[in-house]
Amino acid sequence: MDHTFLLEIGLEEMPAHAVTPSIKQLVDRTKKYLKEARMDYSEIIPFSTPRRLTIKINGLADKQPDIDESVKGPAKKIALDAEGNWSKAAIGFSKGQGMTTDDITFKEVKGTEYVFVQKHIPGKPVAEILSGMKDIITSMNFSTMMKWNVYHLEYIRPIRWIVALLDDEIVPMQILDVKSNRISRGHRFLGKNVTINNADDYEADLKKEYVIVDAKKRKSLIESQIDDIAKNNNWTINIDAGLLEEVNNLVEWPTAFFGSFDEKYLELPSEVLITSMRDNQRFFYVKDANDSKILPYFVSVRNGNSDYLENVSTGNEKVLTARLEDAMFFYHEDQKNDIQFYVDKLKKVSFHDKISTMFEKMQRVNVISNCIGKKVGLSDTELKDLSRAADIYKFDLVTGMVGEFSELQGIMGEKYALINGENQTVATAIREHYMPISANGELPESKVGSVLALADKFDSILTFFAAGMIPSGSNDPYALRRQANGIVRIVENKQWNLPLKAMMNQFVELENDKQVAPQLDQNKEISDIVNFIKDRIVKVLKSDKLSHDIIEAAANGLNNNIKFIFDSASVLNENKNKDDFKDSMEALNRVLRISEKASFKDDELAVDSNLFENDSEKDLFDKVNETIDGYFALDARDAYQKLTELPALINSYFDQTMVMAKNEKIKNNHLKQLTIVSNMIKWFGDLNELIIK
Amino acid sequence: MTKKLSMQEIILKLQQYWSSQGCMLMQSYDTEKGAGTMSPYTFLRAIGPEPWNAAYVEPSRRPADGRYGENPNRLYQHHQFQVIMKPSPENIQELYLGSLKELGINPLEHDIRFVEDNWENPSMGCAGVGWEIWLDGMEVTQFTYFQIVGGQVMDPVAAEVTYGLERLASYIQDVNSVYDLEWGDGVKYGDIFKEPEYEHSKYSFEESNQEMLLNMFDSFETEAKKQIANGLVHPAYDYVLKCSHTFNLLDARGAVSVTERAGYLSRIRNMARSIAKAFIAERKKRGFPLIKDEKKRAELLKDDKEDK
Repeated sequence: MDHTFLLEIGLEEMPAHAVTPSIKQLVDRTKKYLKEARMDYSEIIPFSTPRRLTIKINGLADKQPDIDESVKGPAKKIALDAEGNWSKAAIGFSKGQGMTTDDITFKEVKGTEYVFVQKHIPGKPVAEILSGMKDIITSMNFSTMMKWNVYHLEYIRPIRWIVALLDDEIVPMQILDVKSNRISRGHRFLGKNVTINNADDYEADLKKEYVIVDAKKRKSLIESQIDDIAKNNNWTINIDAGLLEEVNNLVEWPTAFFGSFDEKYLELPSEVLITSMRDNQRFFYVKDANDSKILPYFVSVRNGNSDYLENVSTGNEKVLTARLEDAMFFYHEDQKNDIQFYVDKLKKVSFHDKISTMFEKMQRVNVISNCIGKKVGLSDTELKDLSRAADIYKFDLVTGMVGEFSELQGIMGEKYALINGENQTVATAIREHYMPISANGELPESKVGSVLALADKFDSILTFFAAGMIPSGSNDPYALRRQANGIVRIVENKQWNLPLKAMMNQFVELENDKQVAPQLDQNKEISDIVNFIKDRIVKVLKSDKLSHDIIEAAANGLNNNIKFIFDSASVLNENKNKDDFKDSMEALNRVLRISEKASFKDDELAVDSNLFENDSEKDLFDKVNETIDGYFALDARDAYQKLTELPALINSYFDQTMVMAKNEKIKNNHLKQLTIVSNMIKWFGDLNELIIK
Repeated sequence: MTKKLSMQEIILKLQQYWSSQGCMLMQSYDTEKGAGTMSPYTFLRAIGPEPWNAAYVEPSRRPADGRYGENPNRLYQHHQFQVIMKPSPENIQELYLGSLKELGINPLEHDIRFVEDNWENPSMGCAGVGWEIWLDGMEVTQFTYFQIVGGQVMDPVAAEVTYGLERLASYIQDVNSVYDLEWGDGVKYGDIFKEPEYEHSKYSFEESNQEMLLNMFDSFETEAKKQIANGLVHPAYDYVLKCSHTFNLLDARGAVSVTERAGYLSRIRNMARSIAKAFIAERKKRGFPLIKDEKKRAELLKDDKEDK
């Protein structure tokens, strides 16, 4: 017979962002538990609200399946003594299996006879298995954990009740002071406690008490309520998925409503309006029918019914008005001063105690961005705009608006820059320099903005590393990994050729020349930073679903050029299934392996052609001489092309040449020649990493 | 609501309500502080194994928030109504909602929500988990389960409920500026506080003697450390509070660079931590007198002997 199990964990209000991941976690842990317990069921249905995590398991069997197994014991010769009586070993074994020696049979395993017993383990009844769900509840992990009262259990919020019903029977369990029962709680204000007679009644019973337990149904209800409001008023409301998810997890019985604010606040930049509504109040903002202009209305969702909705609406209007009034005040105050005023203020604002002020950071970034700008071929006008942007780009940090709404940094910078007569390129760069603001966030579009974003991030990484604040494990308080990820993604996106190591050396040199360097040695960190950035390249390549060996081969090349690494990974990936790939790579890898037998300094690599003993040496020598000219300036595709022209010559070289010749001079001449080839290969990538089938 | 509650009626109602829930009504503590949490009736009493249920009004000074009496919502000094219950009762949320009903706020006529807001006061070595409570979108209360106070892990855990009295009263009296609130008997909040707001703002931002304040901070710190060493927890704590307020005055004056800021805060934190430790030790010496369960007390004191 099929059974249904209902488990509701009743909690004080969970953080909205934790509800969905937590119910998913509960389902996953339950699945795993039931699988390990060999308990058959048909499906697990999740329910969740801010105050409850619930699962309903349908189609449960009566009990675990029985187990019949044969258990192996000691060898026959140990099990029987000289007289043919059972030995202690045999008696002990059968006892240990809950049986007697009468149950013993003998079976041959690989030529030796062993003792066996046939065991029958009856499956445990479903209720017994389910009472073990207590440990599933207490083993849950959350991003924020807390303790309460005198207890030591850490949980997301205090557990206040537990409903555990197998069909119509309570499954007993107790966590701290809470015993499982059939009584759930309704909506905090509209509902009352409700006795659930049968697990299947759950959703309907709670609905009577003003709780919509199915998160999906609740969400679509909110959506349709908002759509109705939009339709009735001839508005456009673009429902932000993240906000909807959050709002859905703040309510158990949603009722959408709208309110308005004074038109005079529409003077504020739309970002300010949206931030005030969406981020601070969890309101949806409203646009006109053409989806072009923000209107002085908002839509919010109440946790309750439509009674006294005018109170709720008026209250929310009042709060929003106070915020917008503040914003207006700052918007007007901020415009009373020019950009220079704010730039001067940055002389007193610390970038980091151990590094410098914000003003000094801008000076360094000016130098760095100019260096990058020239490398990527910006025009004189662009370089001029870049320099202007770098001189002022952090100024909005000390404006009142950004002080109040920190999430508007950069955005207000752009607005205020335009108001103060800066050109659009400069203004856009100021906004874009923060991008990407998350791992997969939007990238800067403009060239000048991209260069400024790179320079700002390089400076942060260089100076934090130099000050000894290097990310380790999960500890990355200044989000330097995100900054490095930003560098990688911007360069990949813009397809710029920037050799990391040489370029960072140049930054430091230029900073020293211009006397804007921090009082820290940045040089000593550069190799580590190259590796730090390479780690991010590997991450990005992994998310592009390239195979591990190709990523490692590309990332471990001696070049340290982000674009080159991306290109070498993709050229390897494109060629890996071609007919000659295997042979080519094997020939090149042979060179890598043999050249490891020697190590020469760069200035010792002169090959003496007079020492050649066969034509294959000369052929390879000529080809390499021809190829190496300009090779290290090639892009990855061309370098790959050049390398794959070598294998035939390499193979005939190895056929005809005894590399490790007895004559020391000749041997070294061989190894020098192979080292030159190997350097070319290693420049492209560490092909030894490739798994060649 | 027929007649709108005045500020003092709101305070009286809250006092009445929480005292009937078993809270002792304490009085405001007479040293300047930035929040009700910093009163010894919360900061110290939250620490250690003894039960503690108290409620009190705490005038809270935040010099940097002064606005010369011109901003309708920001104040140099506002009033908090502070409730602390240790161990946190099972029905603490319901108790809180009950207090709103006492104030004439019927939840069915409003939208009341518990929105995640975890609280931290790094300068006092404190952290907690909880919510801000929204009344029709306005944050009127901070609700926190203390997890760490003065660097000490809470066991048992105290729950703190902090009402922003001006906010709550603005809502109840339906005024747009705190200065229009009725304090009591027809006297407006502005009649009482507008002048001190202006003067304190003027003082904090323009007139305070920085050099004197810097010297005071150092002297207060020296004295606090000395009294910690003497095992005089309460006098030492008074000086920590003075340090904290002096720092706030310096900060408002713009006299503390960002670099120095972290240094000052960590000096305060270190003192707060030593005091938290010393407080438990002193209470232990006294035999944890507030613990009524003799067996429990014997257990806690036995630990002590074993420790030695």
